[in-house]
Amino acid sequence: MTTEWQMVIGLEVHCELKTATKLFCGCPNVFGDEPNTNVCPNCLGLPGSLPVLNQQAVELAMAIGTALHCEIRPSTFHRKNYFYPDQAKDYQISQYDEPINVNGHLDLPDGFRVGIERAHMEEDTGKTSHAGASGRIHGADYSLVDYNRSGVPLVEIVSDPDMRTADQARAYVTELRAILVASGASDGKMEEGSMRVDANVSVRRTVDDPFGTRCEIKNLNSVRSLGRAIEYEAGRQIALIESGERVIQQTRHWDEGAGRTEALRSKEDAYDYRYFLEPDLVPLVPDAEWIRAVGDTLGMMPAARRSRLAALLDDAGGMTDAQRDQVTTVVDLGLDDLVVVAVAAGVGSGLALARTANEAATDADAARVLDPKSYVELLTLEAQGSLSATQAKSVLADLLAAGGGDPAAIARDKGFEAMSEDSLADTVAQAVADNPDEWSRFCEGDDKLAGFFTGLVMKATKGQANGKAVAAELRRLRG
Amino acid sequence: MTEPARLTREDVAHVAALARLHLSDEELDLYTGQLAQVLDHAADVASLDLAGVVPTAHAMAVTNVMRLDEPRPCLDRDEVLGQAPSVEDHRFRVPRILGEAP
Amino acid sequence: MTAPRPVQETAAMIRAGEESAVEVLEHHLAVIDAGEESIHAFNLVMGDSARDRARAIDAQVAAGEDPGPLAGIPVALKDNLCTRGVPTTCSSRILEGWRPPYDATVVTRLADAGAVIIGKTNMDEFAMGSSTETSAFGTTCNPHDLTRVPGGSSGGSAAAVAAGFAPLALGSDTGGSIRQPAALCGVVGMKPTYGTVSRYGLVAFASSLDQIGPFATSVADAALLFDVIGGHDPLDSTSLNRPTPRVLSVLDEGVDGMTVGVLTEFLDGADPDVVARVNQAAEALAAAGARIEEISVPEVALGLSAYYLIAPGEASSNLARYDGVRYGVRVDAEDTVAMNTATRTAGFGAEVKRRIMLGTYVLSAGYMDAYYNQALRVRTKIIEGFATAYARCDVLLGPTAPTTAFAIGAKVDDPLTMYLSDVCTIPTNLAGHPAISIPFGPGDDGLPIGVQLLGPALSEGTLFQVAAVVEAAAPALRVPRITTGAPS
Ligand SMILES: [Mg+2]
Ligand SMILES: [Zn+2]
Repeated sequence: MTTEWQMVIGLEVHCELKTATKLFCGCPNVFGDEPNTNVCPNCLGLPGSLPVLNQQAVELAMAIGTALHCEIRPSTFHRKNYFYPDQAKDYQISQYDEPINVNGHLDLPDGFRVGIERAHMEEDTGKTSHAGASGRIHGADYSLVDYNRSGVPLVEIVSDPDMRTADQARAYVTELRAILVASGASDGKMEEGSMRVDANVSVRRTVDDPFGTRCEIKNLNSVRSLGRAIEYEAGRQIALIESGERVIQQTRHWDEGAGRTEALRSKEDAYDYRYFLEPDLVPLVPDAEWIRAVGDTLGMMPAARRSRLAALLDDAGGMTDAQRDQVTTVVDLGLDDLVVVAVAAGVGSGLALARTANEAATDADAARVLDPKSYVELLTLEAQGSLSATQAKSVLADLLAAGGGDPAAIARDKGFEAMSEDSLADTVAQAVADNPDEWSRFCEGDDKLAGFFTGLVMKATKGQANGKAVAAELRRLRG
Repeated sequence: MTEPARLTREDVAHVAALARLHLSDEELDLYTGQLAQVLDHAADVASLDLAGVVPTAHAMAVTNVMRLDEPRPCLDRDEVLGQAPSVEDHRFRVPRILGEAP
Repeated sequence: MTAPRPVQETAAMIRAGEESAVEVLEHHLAVIDAGEESIHAFNLVMGDSARDRARAIDAQVAAGEDPGPLAGIPVALKDNLCTRGVPTTCSSRILEGWRPPYDATVVTRLADAGAVIIGKTNMDEFAMGSSTETSAFGTTCNPHDLTRVPGGSSGGSAAAVAAGFAPLALGSDTGGSIRQPAALCGVVGMKPTYGTVSRYGLVAFASSLDQIGPFATSVADAALLFDVIGGHDPLDSTSLNRPTPRVLSVLDEGVDGMTVGVLTEFLDGADPDVVARVNQAAEALAAAGARIEEISVPEVALGLSAYYLIAPGEASSNLARYDGVRYGVRVDAEDTVAMNTATRTAGFGAEVKRRIMLGTYVLSAGYMDAYYNQALRVRTKIIEGFATAYARCDVLLGPTAPTTAFAIGAKVDDPLTMYLSDVCTIPTNLAGHPAISIPFGPGDDGLPIGVQLLGPALSEGTLFQVAAVVEAAAPALRVPRITTGAPS
């Protein structure tokens, strides 16, 4: 493989919108309910049923467009005609040549700009499950269809083919997910299928060559799979070309277990979707005032959120590389408000960031709905030395599990009564007395032994002592 | 506007497959003749020069029809599944699916 | 012929307790009993549920409640209107046995107005046809001559009203499917402005053209029914959210000072006796104070071609859902594609298949612009042509159909000739405008002729006003021999 090979990557991301109801009917939009319980004449495609557009879905689509710097335009819905058992009407209502959002962009954290061709609305299909040993479509004896997802609102975000590395593709999906979460449009859960990524991959020998023939990879369920699949597929295409063969334009399926892409077997070799304007729906013509109103409700986007945290750390003397990663994690998980609130209440930015990125992040769903007041109180107790780091983490776990509470009370219940200065001094003195050799070496300047004594004190207090307070007491005794 | 080529037997076989209809040889001949006749009649439309005329898909110009994002009652599952030709495990049962969704 | 008693009078008597809904219903069930075997207007006569409903109406009256403007009035429904728990077949094998889990909006409105649903009427399969012969459940005969078609696709509804099986009926009109059978059966039939009557629960044929409308024996009865079913419905996105014209209240306002344009294009291919009746209607309007003008809208000549590209295009998509998965009939097979194909091949009749294939073809890659999009441009031209005419005229007058009822079997093997019977009704659907057909005497063969009044969007008030004047001048028709008359 020669070094000058270059990948060209464009991504299509389907994102389920966080609405209460489906795109064209009033059935609940929820994940995981009993099969075929969230269905009505419309989403079952019953004769005589008609679609009526969900205003909230439109506004979330507009919010996505705003967040991606798109032009928000008058738009229409088309029918995409194809037979498939998960498609209740045997056509999908989707925006075709007049999508609501066009010509936007997304800036990756390193500043690389990816163009957004369009972000349009469409409806989801039902879900098929396959009876048979493999559980997959091939080799199944028959299949079963659940229409609960039929008609769930989607926005399909189509990037320009601007990305050149798998890392950029990963960064794009990560950043896009953060934007979708921040805009309130989606919960961004790839594992529940609320964000689905298809990658268009081609390769070319040099940057000056025209784009090569591309393949579309489906079934990318995580950012990790996305990166692996792109690397594999680019390698496959390069190997083909280098062995004198041609890349055939096709849709390929990522097999996570096997770690490779496979051509999809499709019954019909060519689809003819016969797109035409959906006669049951009327055009959507958002005026400037509506677009502005939706934009006004839009929260702060991840890039701005990262800058905001960076500024707090800059006030405290700048960011380490580890902290830069923590900032990204906290923003991606939508937990940055916790840091901001804590710092405003006087907690050090380093501590607030670390607790949020390391501990709160372990249960981000709970942390997002945690009462910020309890969180601030907890960090304040830790900053003051009333709770040790270990104790603070333990209390935080309880707070997350309960959705809030009084940290001081929880600490008391756990027996984390902050140690009085006297009893701490007694414990330190005891440790010194029990280890005269180590003490004299410490007094002679062997600072490493501070750790030895702190460890003893921690052991004696079952971790309840505050490390900083122990160090201060040791220094005081040394004089 | 130039007129499209005349409808062939192969065209009819192709659209029948797209529309999930099976035609016998005799039916293919019959429908090819009948559909070609209708399309020949439509030549008056197909041959007109209407460049610049905006197509009308909706006779009445209405825009921005939406509903609030409020749940409405769903159908009773037993009633829904009771209408289905084949059901298993509260789902609609279909024979083997040969290809992935497009 | 003695005119049937106006529906308003019957409803008033029932509301006043002077006549019972049960009596009125039993009378109509008796007429059905006598005539249905020879006419076959119904796919389903709902005797039991209608009796329950009539008794409930009488109980309401007895309790001092007002059941509404259609109190106790039997209404027949075209079998493409969804009725909760009651088979709705569209006269197709593919929907045999299907019981919708919901009511169409018009069905709910009829119930709210106190009407009694008496049955589901026969129709061309999925409303595709002009003679009711494409029904999978047998043809309907014209009550005026059992060897003739009743027109279509709402032939069952037209025949039911003409035969006295029900004083009122609903049909749907995509290219003339209310007006043409009304004309052929000698009753009043009206197609409202697109968007004035909700399509929710109307099984779609061509969504941008379909409208539900009334059949009645008089203009006043049709007006009463239109007032009940019209109005905005949030369940139909194409439903107009603006005041629907109320028509019953303006019926007596006359035509003095109005301009009526006689549409020359519609006279061109019509039989001489049909043309003579149209001219006679124009004279009557002139006598009543209207100014009559000959007017040409050349674009309407393109209507038929445009319609037979647009309607099948939409239909091919609307009928894709009959795939054997969720409801209706299934023909089993090895895999899903084969099952879909076997189901649809067995479940659809020839005319439906013809239109599905035609529609699939005109929408398919490579032909979309030459056919479908071109037809939509023609639609624009037709709307512009009508606009020019309506700048000068309040309404347009012409025949509803070029001929009287033709013989059963005469056109069934010749689709294009059959399609030509809709030539005078189609342009209205393409424009989204309202139109009404009023019986205007017999033709040379003694069979009914209908004259048609056309108006611009939302001109229903004017149309009914003019229609009342035409009706008053209409020569009498021979009584259909099946009819035994209204209760007295
Ligand atoms: Mg899509
Ligand atoms: Zn639904």
